[in-house]
Amino acid sequence: MVVQALKDQGVDTVFGYPGGAVLPIYDEIFQQNDIRHILVRHEQGAVHAAEGYARATGKVGVALVTSGPGATNAVTGLTDALMDSIPIVVLSGQVPTFMIGSDAFQEADTVGITRPCTKHNWLSKETETLSDTIHQAFHVARSGRPGPVLIDIPKDVQFASAEYTPPQSIDTNRYQPQLKGDIEAITELVEALEKAERPIFYTGGGVINSGPGASQLLRELVDATNIPITSTLMGLGAYPASGKNWLGMLGMHGLYEANMAMHDCDLMINIGARFDDRITGLVSAFSPGSKKAHIDIDPSSINKVIKTDIPIVGDVGHVLEDILKIWKARGRKTNKGAIAKWHEQIKDWRAVDCLKFTQEGKTIKPQYALSRLEALTKDMDRYITTEVGQHQMWAAQYLGFEDPNRWMTSGGLGTMGYGVPASIGVQMAHRDSLVINVAGEASWLMNMQEMGTAVQFRLPVKQFILNNERLGMVRQWQELLHGERYSHSWSEALPDFVKLADAFGCKGIRCDNPDDLDEAIKEMLAYDGPVIFDCLVEKHENCFPMIPSGKPHSEMLLGEASTEGAIEAGGAVLV
Amino acid sequence: MAALKIKKGSTKHSAYNLRPNFSDVQETHTLAVNVDNEPGVLARVIGLFSGRGYNIESLTVAEVDHLGHQSRITIVTKGTPQVIEQIKAQLGRIVPVHEVHDLTVEGPAVERELGLFKVTGDGDKRIEALRLAEIFRANVVDSTLGSFVFEITGAPEKIDAFADLMRPLGLVEVARTGVAALSRGAV
Repeated sequence: MVVQALKDQGVDTVFGYPGGAVLPIYDEIFQQNDIRHILVRHEQGAVHAAEGYARATGKVGVALVTSGPGATNAVTGLTDALMDSIPIVVLSGQVPTFMIGSDAFQEADTVGITRPCTKHNWLSKETETLSDTIHQAFHVARSGRPGPVLIDIPKDVQFASAEYTPPQSIDTNRYQPQLKGDIEAITELVEALEKAERPIFYTGGGVINSGPGASQLLRELVDATNIPITSTLMGLGAYPASGKNWLGMLGMHGLYEANMAMHDCDLMINIGARFDDRITGLVSAFSPGSKKAHIDIDPSSINKVIKTDIPIVGDVGHVLEDILKIWKARGRKTNKGAIAKWHEQIKDWRAVDCLKFTQEGKTIKPQYALSRLEALTKDMDRYITTEVGQHQMWAAQYLGFEDPNRWMTSGGLGTMGYGVPASIGVQMAHRDSLVINVAGEASWLMNMQEMGTAVQFRLPVKQFILNNERLGMVRQWQELLHGERYSHSWSEALPDFVKLADAFGCKGIRCDNPDDLDEAIKEMLAYDGPVIFDCLVEKHENCFPMIPSGKPHSEMLLGEASTEGAIEAGGAVLV
Repeated sequence: MAALKIKKGSTKHSAYNLRPNFSDVQETHTLAVNVDNEPGVLARVIGLFSGRGYNIESLTVAEVDHLGHQSRITIVTKGTPQVIEQIKAQLGRIVPVHEVHDLTVEGPAVERELGLFKVTGDGDKRIEALRLAEIFRANVVDSTLGSFVFEITGAPEKIDAFADLMRPLGLVEVARTGVAALSRGAV
C-alpha cells in the first residue's frame, strides 16, 4: 500500500536504509520496478539526498528509514529542510502499535522528537487510513510554504492490509494556504514602484520554491522596470548572474554593491525572502530610509524581524503575475531619470571590486580555485551543491547561476555534511548532468561515507574539496573575535584523499599548484565516474567582504586591512 | 487552514496588520484556537510557545464538537504587539489549527474561570470564610467539621480577589481551571 501510494504521488526515487521496523515496506520495494531505491550509508544522508533531489527537480523528495536510531539520524535532515523550506516526505518505521510505550528494541518517540522539526507529522495507527495519510502528507509538504513531513508507521500497520484510497479521493481542503495576494496591497506596491528613485528587488528561496514560472516572471519584471536586483543565498539562480541588473548576493558575505544598495535604497521589494539575521545585520540600522514591501506565502514571516510597510501574503508566482498585470495596465511607468542615476551610484560601488584577489606564488587561493572552476564549467549543464563554511560563501560569490534549481546549499540550518549526500540526490535526478559538490575538507568528512552510495549507484558526482586543513570559518571568527586563539579549529590527522578515493573505488586527484589547476579540473570533468578532488589551498585565507556581527550594511569589511577592532564586545556575543 | 481570517480585498483584518509600530508595551491577550482533536495537537501548540520563547499565562482545552472532532484551546498570553502577532501567525501555520481568534482585539469577550478552594479552620475564621463566600457567590461543594471546599466561577480577577481574602482564613489548597472565553454578541 505504501509503495502504491508513493507511485500515485509520482515518486520514482526513494533514498533509504532498511531495518527491522520497515522490513515489510522493503519487501514490497523488492517486488516492483517502478520506484528506484537508493541505499545510502547513513540516514542523515538519505534525508539530505532527498532534499537535493527535491531542490533539483521541484518535486517532493522521499526518504525511508527504520525506527529508533533510523529516525533520530533523520532529525538533522528534517530540521535542515524545515529551515530552507524544502518539500520532503520521510517514512519511518515504528515498533508494532501494541509495543509502543514499552521501551521496545529500537523504539523512539519519533513523532515527539520530530514534532518541532517537521511542518507536520503523523503516527499512522490504522492501515485503513494509511494511504489517506500518505497523500495528505505529500499535499502538506508541497503546498504553501513547502517543508518536511514525517509519517511514522508501526510494523503491524505495515503488515496488515486494507482498502487503498487513491489520491484523487482525498479531501485536501483542510489545508489550503492563500496563493493570491491582496490586490489593494499589490496596487499600493505598484504605485510605490512607479515613483521610487532608488528601488531594489531583494529575492529569496521563495522564488525558487514557487517554480520556474515565478523566476520567468521575475526576470520579466526586473528587465522591464530596469530595477537592480540582489538575492539571498537561497535565491541564487532565480535571476541570471549574467543579467544586467544583477548585483550579486547580499548579506554577511554578500557583495559590497548589493549591501550598499540595500542600505541606501528608498524602496525595498522583498520577494520570497525572510529578513534572516545573515541578511539584516544590525536590525535597527537595516536600510533606514526605505519603504519596505514583503511578498511571502507564510504570514508569520511578515513583520517577524523587520517592520513592513506593504505586506502581501501570497505565492510569489501569483503575486508577480498580478504586479506585472497592474503595472502594465497603468502604463508601465517608472521613474526613469532617478533610476538611471541610481545605476550610476551602483556603478561606483561596483568599481570597488570587492571580490578582487591576487593569485601569486605557488599556493592556490581558494578564490582562484573557484574562479577557474567557474571558467571551465559555466557553459555546462551544471548543478552545484556545497557544504557549509568559507568554501560555501566563496562558491556563492565566485560561481554564477543562470537558472533556478541549480544551486543546493544548506542556508538556514548551516548543516556541515549536507553537500555529499545532496550531490547524490541531485545526480539521481539528473543522471547525465555535471554535479559538483564544492566542499571544505572538514564538512566533507562529516558524511563522506556516502561516497560508497555514489560508487554503488554509478553516480559521477565530483567532490571539489578546498582543503585548508582548517575549519576555515571558525578559524576566521577566532581570528577576528577571539584574539587569534585558534581553539580546536584545525585537524592534525586528515586522511589522504587520493588514497581514500582509491579505497572507495573512485578517482582521486590532488592539486597544490596553481599552474596545474586547470589541467586537474579538466581531468576531473573528463572522468566518467565519481571523483574526489583534493585542492590544497591557502590555509589562512579569510572570506571577504564581511559584515561583522552587530554592524549595519554600510560598515562592511572589504579585506584584511580593515579588520582591526572591527567587532566590538556587543557584536561578539552574536553568532 | 483558513487560520487567520484574511479577508479578500482588504488588508485591514489581515494577520499581519499590526496595531501601532513595534511598541515595547506588554499586552495581555486571550486567544481562542479551534483545532482538530487529534493526538499531539496540544503538544504542537505548547511546543510552539516553549520553542519560540512565548509566555503562557493560562491554557484550557477540551473537545467542543464531538462529531466534528474539534477542540477549542483558550490561551491567555502576554507580549508586545509584535510578539502577539507572531504568536497568532505561528499558531495559524500549524496544520491541524483551523482558526485563531484574538478575543482581545476582536471585541468584547466573556472570560470565565472556575476555582476550587480548600479552607480549614474553626470558630470565627470559619464563619468569616463562609460569609465571604456568600458575598462572592461561591458554593460550598464539600464540608467537614474543620474544612470547606468552595467552588467559585468568574473572571480571573474575581478569583484572585477571593484567594487573597481566603489566605488569612486558612486557605490550604487551590485548583483553578484557567480561562475559557467567548466573544460577546450574536457572532
